[in-house]
Amino acid sequence: MAMKRPKADAVIIGLGWAGSLMANELTLAGLNVVAIERGGWRDTSGDFPTSMDTDELRYATRRELLQPLSVETMSFRDNPSQSARPLRDFNTYQFGWGAGGAGSHWNGMTWRFLPNDFQLYSNTVKKYGANKILPGMTVQDWGVTYDNLEPFYDKFERLAGTSGKAGNIQGVIQPGGNPFEGARARDYPLPPLERTQAAMLFDAGAKELGWHSFPVPAGNTSGAYTNPLGVHMAPCTYCGYCEFFGCGNWSKSSPNACILPALMNRPSFTLITESEVMKVNLTPDKKLATGVTYVDKSGREWEQPADIVVISAYQMDNVRLMLLSGIGKPYDRASLTGVVGRNYANQTIAGASVFFKDEHLNPFIGAGALAQAVDDFNSDNFDHANVDFIGGSNMLIHSTNGRPIGLGNAVPPGTPRWGSAWKKAYQESYQTANSIYCMGSSTPHQDVFLDLDPTYTDRFGRPLLRVTYDWNENDKRMAHFIADRSVEMGHAMKASLVVRSEPTAKPYSPMDNLSSHTTGGAVMGDDPTTSAINRYLQSWDVPNTFVCGASAFANNGGYNPTGTVGALTLWAAEAIKTKYLKSPGPLVAL
Amino acid sequence: MFTFRRIALLVIALAVLGCLGAGGLYAFNRVTYANQIAETTVPAPTADQIKRGHYLALAGDCVACHTAPGGAPYAGGLQLNTGFGIVAASNITPDRDTGIGGWTTKQFILAMHRGIGDHGKRLYPAMPYTAYAKVSDADLTDIKAYLDTLPPVNHAVIANQMPFPFNIRLMMIGWNMLFFDFGGAEYKADPTQTAEWNRGAYLVQGLEHCSTCHTTKNFLGADEAGKFLHGTDLDGWWAPDLTSNTRIGLGSWSEDDIVTFLKTGANDRMVAAGPMAEAVTNSTQHLTVPDLHAMAVYLKSIPASDDTGLTPVPPTDPQMVAGRAIYGDNCAACHVLNATGVPGMAPAFVLSPSVQAQNPENMIRTILAGGHVAVTETNPTGAAMPAFDWKLSDAQIAAVTTYLRNSWGNAAGPVTADQVAAKRQQIGARERN
Repeated sequence: MAMKRPKADAVIIGLGWAGSLMANELTLAGLNVVAIERGGWRDTSGDFPTSMDTDELRYATRRELLQPLSVETMSFRDNPSQSARPLRDFNTYQFGWGAGGAGSHWNGMTWRFLPNDFQLYSNTVKKYGANKILPGMTVQDWGVTYDNLEPFYDKFERLAGTSGKAGNIQGVIQPGGNPFEGARARDYPLPPLERTQAAMLFDAGAKELGWHSFPVPAGNTSGAYTNPLGVHMAPCTYCGYCEFFGCGNWSKSSPNACILPALMNRPSFTLITESEVMKVNLTPDKKLATGVTYVDKSGREWEQPADIVVISAYQMDNVRLMLLSGIGKPYDRASLTGVVGRNYANQTIAGASVFFKDEHLNPFIGAGALAQAVDDFNSDNFDHANVDFIGGSNMLIHSTNGRPIGLGNAVPPGTPRWGSAWKKAYQESYQTANSIYCMGSSTPHQDVFLDLDPTYTDRFGRPLLRVTYDWNENDKRMAHFIADRSVEMGHAMKASLVVRSEPTAKPYSPMDNLSSHTTGGAVMGDDPTTSAINRYLQSWDVPNTFVCGASAFANNGGYNPTGTVGALTLWAAEAIKTKYLKSPGPLVAL
Repeated sequence: MFTFRRIALLVIALAVLGCLGAGGLYAFNRVTYANQIAETTVPAPTADQIKRGHYLALAGDCVACHTAPGGAPYAGGLQLNTGFGIVAASNITPDRDTGIGGWTTKQFILAMHRGIGDHGKRLYPAMPYTAYAKVSDADLTDIKAYLDTLPPVNHAVIANQMPFPFNIRLMMIGWNMLFFDFGGAEYKADPTQTAEWNRGAYLVQGLEHCSTCHTTKNFLGADEAGKFLHGTDLDGWWAPDLTSNTRIGLGSWSEDDIVTFLKTGANDRMVAAGPMAEAVTNSTQHLTVPDLHAMAVYLKSIPASDDTGLTPVPPTDPQMVAGRAIYGDNCAACHVLNATGVPGMAPAFVLSPSVQAQNPENMIRTILAGGHVAVTETNPTGAAMPAFDWKLSDAQIAAVTTYLRNSWGNAAGPVTADQVAAKRQQIGARERN
């Protein structure tokens, strides 16, 4: 028999970016909020002290801050004809664990998706005709536009302390910024980070090719900053230990640094750590949530009743919790019906390794989002009339992770994997090698989805999530195209050796660690037969349940997802505050 | 800290004075004073009065001592190490059995003004009645009205945990005769000063009781004459000089620097940590800017303490050379290589009064054990300095502290490894790995 806690106005499942932002907004609106986090408490100064060495083996190789496999894994297969097997190494998947979630150990690239990304279906049909979309693809609009989200992107950048250079302020193109970005009301709260030698070489290459290079918007502070909650951030020291690490220097945008200090001081906020939500509880008619059931670290079961349930765990866990709770109709590949698990997407990766002669790239000077990029081939920034795909990719050079273990493989092809020849090559490459990384869009397909595994279960006996994923034809064509462009960039940068990389040429493997940016599975939209939640991230079926995170993306853009996760959450929070609380019920009439 | 001879002398002195006082002069004084306070026919307090009382209780920082760690606010139990023994703060919730629920306003004022508690029991001056004596009857009446609105908490506190002979409360009569100026106790406005200055003086000397921590105590624990706010040791922390001394006091701070510090817990140069962080979090941040400004005006008018010029330790000194390297490796990431710090988070060290303080113990203990910046409404960050006890040796900490105290325009005495070792032991810091 579960013990019962006092009822809350809202219960939040998972305290990463989405959960923290939502908790902040709802407590500011006067609600009594309880958040339940599977991992432990993580304090910026206390848990990531700057006096400690940044231990690459412990945090980057063994991933100590991430969700351990002993807690839960998931099963994977490339296509529906295969039988899935549980993963024994998360590799490409990097799930948050503890207060701050993945927001405490991310790199910090704080992108806004392009306007086209939100209306990929209607824009493509209008501009290129419906035949441009290959059979089997389930491309659809999000039900929300870039212009809807602009104020919330802006709000997120202010809270997070983003460093960058605007490319388009209210329609006026700004030199040095990304000219392709959607119009923004104002510039970033902080100027861009300093540039590295790699960025300057990239910039010179872009100029030679006539492309438009700009500094990547960074959740690494280029200077001291105070956010709208009064929380101070300190200037980034360019140590380069962002990904897989927490930042005790208060220089990385994270819930821990930017939101939790203010949130934890509010008496209306309660955080329960080391406790895992089993399911969202529904009324017998399944039309309303009554709260959640969770298990604390001693194995005791509790019920937390609440008027509003916010599911804001990792994208994969959001989908799994909906399936386990019976919220929304599960996607069924055979009949192509149902919505929960549908439109799962990843990130389509291509690029080129570049090796220079007599260069000192000094990779030990870095930051998680210290990068120079071009967007000339992203989304619909270029004419797709003469190419056989939709979507595109960002292209960037990254100065981060100048770490001795991690860069060990960044040697020219043909180098032995160990021994004195490898050491000699690595000594040379450490200062002269980098890579051009293309982070491409990922379009949804009917053969790519998430569902509950029929065989394997977790420590509580609940089915694992099953991932069915492989590159689709459209994305493979896009990756081929963008890999060619990255080779052009490598030559324009005057690299002495350019090594083309097109991982999409072989079947997808989660053991290749190409990108952790998984999206979709509980997507937003205007049509309840193709989306699990409406444009306010509200469940179509259980209107007092909101599902926040990258699980809402109808397709993945050519960027990492965090900026859009932040904007969507703040957009949903605004709808809860201004619409739902006044009149609880569906925010979109059917 | 006290020799047997000194203690014996002290006991004899106080006992004699206590007997004298109990039998004569002092009793008269007390009776006279008690009769001056209006009788208990205090009208029911208005909502405004209670609100004022709340504000004044925050200014008095009652909660700091009258709340045990993790305990109910104002329910008492915090143990204060006075140097003479432990005094536990009492329960001041309106509980009739264990709190002050049965007290009249008159009794309350008597305790606040004269250190006379329930049934004439002498309070120890750990309860800063010598400061609260400055507070007006009207303000104390409102504080009592506010305290009466708190939820009563039944929590018995054994206040007197002093060893013999200090557990003889009657000795405090003698103490009061020696050190407590009954006649001049209540704050009297100085007509030659502005109203703002007077308001500031009233707050600094009265409710905020700054001198409780910032004034040197004599061997009997009373404020030392002529040392008002000159800074002193406070249970292993250095409560700094608040006079207009430009090197070690507030002389180089503007009035706005002081206001920002007390309101937010930090300013562009300094952060509040340790006991002062608690004072800011619990008390000063809640004061209005006009009140804080008044305090700043008054503090800035306090004449500078004596300070003889010091010659900085030369940069070629081996401690300075080592300290510079240690600073670059361990400190500069947050405090910045040129020691300008990060506002609200990491203090600057350029021409820093706290770095040059007469006693370097705050720096030594903070390097050893770390510390937290005050958490306030306006600066909820809670940035922290990590502990270096496990990482740096006594000699290394002595070197870097000496380097800080003698760089960027600072000049102050060097620090020895022995000082660090003593502090390491005093605060129970870890040994170096």
